[in-house]
Amino acid sequence: MTASPVAVTGIGIVTSLGEGTEANWRALLAGRSGIRRITRFPVDGLKVTFGGAVDHGGLGALTVAGRCFAMGRAVAAEATAQAGLGDAAFAGPLFLALPPIEMEWPQRRRIAARAAAPRYAAMLAVADEGPEGADHVDFLFGTVADRLARAFGTEGAPISMSTACASGATAIQTAVEAIRRGDCARALVIGSEGSLQVEALIRFGLLSALSTHNEDPAGASRPFARDRDGFIMAEGAAALVLESPAAAAARGAAPLAYLRGCGEAADTFHRTRSNPDGSAIVRAIAGALADAGLPPDAVDYVNAHGTGTPENDKMECLALQAVFGERATRLPVSSNKSMIGHTLSAAGTIEAAFSVLTMRDQMLPPTINHREPDPAIPLDVVPNVARPAAVRTVLSNSFGFGGQNVSLVLSRDAG
Amino acid sequence: MAARQVWITGVGLISALGEGRDAHLAALADPGAVAAARDSASFAPFHVHPIRHLDLERFMPRRGDQRAMGPWMQYGVHASGLALAEAGVLGDAALLGRTHLLAAAAGGERDLALDEEILAGLAGRERPEAYINTRLTEGLRPTAFLAQLSNMFAGNVSIVLGVAGSSRTFMGEEAAGVEIVRVAWRRIAAGQGDLFLVTASYNAARADMLLLHQTGGRLLAGPWRGLWDRPAGGMTLGSVGVALVLEAADHARARGARPIARLAGVAHGWSDRRPGAASRAAAAQWDLPAGVPTLVLSGASGAGPVTAEEHAFLAGRAEGLAVRGTAAALGHPVEAAFPANLGLAAWCVDAGIAFPPLATDPIESVGSAAPRRAVVTGWGVRRGEGLGVLEAP
Repeated sequence: MTASPVAVTGIGIVTSLGEGTEANWRALLAGRSGIRRITRFPVDGLKVTFGGAVDHGGLGALTVAGRCFAMGRAVAAEATAQAGLGDAAFAGPLFLALPPIEMEWPQRRRIAARAAAPRYAAMLAVADEGPEGADHVDFLFGTVADRLARAFGTEGAPISMSTACASGATAIQTAVEAIRRGDCARALVIGSEGSLQVEALIRFGLLSALSTHNEDPAGASRPFARDRDGFIMAEGAAALVLESPAAAAARGAAPLAYLRGCGEAADTFHRTRSNPDGSAIVRAIAGALADAGLPPDAVDYVNAHGTGTPENDKMECLALQAVFGERATRLPVSSNKSMIGHTLSAAGTIEAAFSVLTMRDQMLPPTINHREPDPAIPLDVVPNVARPAAVRTVLSNSFGFGGQNVSLVLSRDAG
Repeated sequence: MAARQVWITGVGLISALGEGRDAHLAALADPGAVAAARDSASFAPFHVHPIRHLDLERFMPRRGDQRAMGPWMQYGVHASGLALAEAGVLGDAALLGRTHLLAAAAGGERDLALDEEILAGLAGRERPEAYINTRLTEGLRPTAFLAQLSNMFAGNVSIVLGVAGSSRTFMGEEAAGVEIVRVAWRRIAAGQGDLFLVTASYNAARADMLLLHQTGGRLLAGPWRGLWDRPAGGMTLGSVGVALVLEAADHARARGARPIARLAGVAHGWSDRRPGAASRAAAAQWDLPAGVPTLVLSGASGAGPVTAEEHAFLAGRAEGLAVRGTAAALGHPVEAAFPANLGLAAWCVDAGIAFPPLATDPIESVGSAAPRRAVVTGWGVRRGEGLGVLEAP
């Protein structure tokens, strides 16, 4: 069954390339990389010493939750301003894609330092800082959403979501469903990722998921290239104001684009690997197209998940070949992650926002660092240089660890 | 289009009181069993309500699956297996392929021994950060991360039990447990899916979880006290794995699945918690005709001041409500609190019984007239005022 389109009336973006939608988009079309050596914390002894940290305005000194809130507030302010909603309370709910939050080493050390012994039992005895204490409130999972809900005056209980690297797309899908069933006329979707703290970097490194090209941070993210060796952990945020087309029209807001279809599928195969037949990814893509009521031929460009891990890019190619057939070799497919790294929980929202800009300007952002094509991936990855193209409809893919796959179909027009 | 009715066709519950319907209803009627389920020694002066036994072999027979999860995930996968089995979905690849999974999750178990070794080793070091880098790199088990990631609880439900329709994880303490139920209920009512598994899990026997709550002074320290008679630091955490199969009534009928209860409504307020604000949010949701014998299962955690506010709110409702604060028996299972109380309530409505009071407080004094309706409250310790209504189908 084809479901109704949902309008995008505002977007906001922050990444390691900079603050604001236009600054990010210019840098992306210029093929610039935001990936750098990490200065936020000492990197001695680490397997991976670089990433896409967002450090402006003192963000580097904050906790993960603090960065997620600050970036989320910045992008939501940009998106609501673009949507023409001003500073009034946002008349709709908040859907937030967020990384898991937990106490970090500075706080753990501080509590241990005042305990009789560096053990949890002793730390518990001296832990109480009161119900508003930062070491308590900052590490509750619900705090970032609560603070964003209060900052923008959103309605009802805010929802924080995680489907790992698909979280941003999941938040968009959940909001689209709420608008379609008439629960709300408008929703604020934010994906915010500020996880570049030392333990998270080490954990991803131990999974052998990260690139180890420490000597060349800006050149390390090589989606679809033969010499790709993993993704780059990165931060960033994006917000989208979603509205029913009728609600947008009623207040004279001009939609930037439309969410036409959402598809999802859970892979039951393995914790970090996709089913080798690509079936769950294919189901997500096919589900999004069916939801949009569009044939594969309607897709003009694919904003790829394209993480740069050997496994993901091969599987994504396989799935695109299954869905698009012989046309897969000609269909432009590029990865923003070649420039901004993998923004994990925020990636789905950031890439949806870039998809909107792709259609606005009829320009395809490139896949940079593409020096050695992988003969096993015969795709047009828009290598190294942005280029103009006629783009009415974009497919944006997000695939998460744990087999949580989401695809979105966005179009310039409602139908 | 008329909204579709939503049935609960499967309930899986494991807690300190045991596993499944019979064990829970028997223990809830036995004050000795409730008291024996508490553990006041392992984390003294704090109390937890631990799960003491889990039959891993039943739903997770593969060693690789067992090793990929800590207890937190295992409780939830087990409960999901129980719920899917009762609903007649377990093992049915066609149904599982269309089952949408919504999970409410915190994070998985840390390696606490490694944390303590590192903290001990930091003393007197000139470059403590470099030491932490090295020790974490050498000491963390590579796959342990996958047992910690919030979304991997749902990932393991999919991988181990074959739930393949879709998978979304909600985060944010008690509110996440309300939202998984509310969103599934709305989606079914609006025709955005027929068959949902909602699941949540909580492992209370973790010093890192106790620390998260005790940094806010939330935990009951010292002698155990009744739920409604506690200081502001009044929470005792409880381990729970819970899962509910929510299904469109027409879909369930067509495949011959039996309803345990009908999910008549879910509401969720978000007050700022100034005094009286939570009560006002809850009062705005409380739209229940009088005259129906009603069981109220409260999700009050014991932490103040909101537990006292909920107590006053419930005391001020219509006469004749049989109120039970289940945290007295299960402990407070945070994300799992609301779905666990819905599961218990579904069993009570199905059997037409209310278990005896769990406290000597006057609001629990009303006896167990055969309830035809059950109300579940889910007021978060810090945020969110959830309400669920179940009726006999």
